[in-house]
Amino acid sequence: MAGSPLVHARGLVKEFGRLVAVDGIDFDVQRGEAFGFLGPNGAGKTSTMRIVGCISPPTAGTLRVLDLDPVADGARIRAKLGVVPQQDTLDSELTVRENILIYGRYFGLARADLREKAAQLLDFVQLSERADDPVEPLSGGMKRRLTIARSLVNDPQVLLLDEPTTGLDPQARHLVWDRLFRLKQQGASLILTTHYMDEAEQLCDRLVVMDNGKIVAEGSPLELIRRYSTREVVELRFADRPPEPAELRVDGLVDRIESLPDRILIYTEDGDHVATALHERGLETSSVLVRRSTLEDVFLHLTGRSLVD
Amino acid sequence: MELAARSYEFWLVRYRRVWRGSVATSVVNPVFYLAALGIGLGTLVNHSASRPGHVSYVDFVAPGLLAAAAMQTAAGEASFPILAAIKWTRQYQAMLATPLGIRDIFLGHQLFIVTRVLISSAIYLAVIAAFGTIHSPLGVLALPACVLLGAAFGTAIAAYTTGVAHEGNEFNALFRFGIVPMFLFSGTFFPVSRLPVPLDWIALATPLWHGVALCRDLTLGRGTLLADLGHAGYLTVWTLVGGALAYRFYRRRLVK
Repeated sequence: MAGSPLVHARGLVKEFGRLVAVDGIDFDVQRGEAFGFLGPNGAGKTSTMRIVGCISPPTAGTLRVLDLDPVADGARIRAKLGVVPQQDTLDSELTVRENILIYGRYFGLARADLREKAAQLLDFVQLSERADDPVEPLSGGMKRRLTIARSLVNDPQVLLLDEPTTGLDPQARHLVWDRLFRLKQQGASLILTTHYMDEAEQLCDRLVVMDNGKIVAEGSPLELIRRYSTREVVELRFADRPPEPAELRVDGLVDRIESLPDRILIYTEDGDHVATALHERGLETSSVLVRRSTLEDVFLHLTGRSLVD
Repeated sequence: MELAARSYEFWLVRYRRVWRGSVATSVVNPVFYLAALGIGLGTLVNHSASRPGHVSYVDFVAPGLLAAAAMQTAAGEASFPILAAIKWTRQYQAMLATPLGIRDIFLGHQLFIVTRVLISSAIYLAVIAAFGTIHSPLGVLALPACVLLGAAFGTAIAAYTTGVAHEGNEFNALFRFGIVPMFLFSGTFFPVSRLPVPLDWIALATPLWHGVALCRDLTLGRGTLLADLGHAGYLTVWTLVGGALAYRFYRRRLVK
């Protein structure tokens, strides 16, 4: 049992009529790890999550979740999962506490145990003061934290989070990350989808990059950056027409150049050197930024597009 | 069934927030209808040479109103609340992420709909009893008759909601061309024999007419066992067919 993966998928396919949302993907998620699906909207991340969550049956492929078959044992698997869907499914007329209590009842938990559990969970997501308020007026960040608390009510073996911070303001986002990070420290297994590279970098031990229903790369954030990008990036913006990329090649130090509509990215091991050299050549720029490579650069390299349009 | 009970519990918890208002409505409505129709209109009708059912009008109309109210309660609960649970509040989606399956979600909600019918019909029955319109101990059986009628409408309208409704405006057609004409022309206020052919045949085929006829037989204590079993059987068939259809449409709608 110890060695078997939480999720084992081979050749997983999901079709909606003619649309192929998930196009033959393989992946394994191990116990205790935070595993991410990174990709733009429409990459097939949510479809994959719904299949793993035993809500949506796969069209083809092999899938084992917690050593069980999702088609035959969907209810048994779901009893051990915690699900945070992309779109909230809280009941806005019930109170914060009632939402957790009734959700716990879906799992057949005893009312007496649920009282205590709900109090603990609300404390964990810092919503104790709002316990008896209706959900309706809560902010987006509070609702998301409540959804996370609710998903923990059955002590799940793995937590599935679909775009956990999409639509939240930066502060609310950090609060959610903080709670998820804490869960991770407590040894929880997380599977999450995101199109935010900073979210993937902060939370994921390992991730796959998805594009058009396929997995295009797999590894830890650091591995992916090392494999598919350079250490540093020089971002150039121009007031006028930008120069031809060939004019920007400096002393064999430039690995790759990407031209985007609003800027040019120069991939290099030594950003400062390249920036200084370009400056000495008298290149007229409106701004020059030297930064480290991120997963955004990995995605750009792999697909030729940026993550967030 | 144990899993269906869990989704049933959700609807009960939700109902707990609004039950006072709903019970008040359940009392006020029959009082108004009986006062206006039974007593108000009834004083005119009772002078007529051919009184419907050969009883005083209040005795005639009370069981009709009882059955029609059961229909309306079931229709209200199986229309917007089901669409909302699919689309707006997405409570079905919340349940589907837990051990509950489509069957549990469907049965739990139907169970709640007949519970609502049971509660409001019990109040309705008490009010018409207070108006002195129950002339047989069999009248108490009008309550299970209303529950059966509620089940027939609950399942059939659930099938309509899950099969047809997407934005909610589809319910206008349902109520305008289904529920309201049934309310008016299925023997609630006057015998369907007053309708011209073939409208009387259509009226006789509606589940509401069977519910009204059954309730009327029971409160007046004058039906034949065979006819009443026929009415109950007809409503059972509606429940089973509507239920089978609704279950299919639930699957089609929620499993993607």
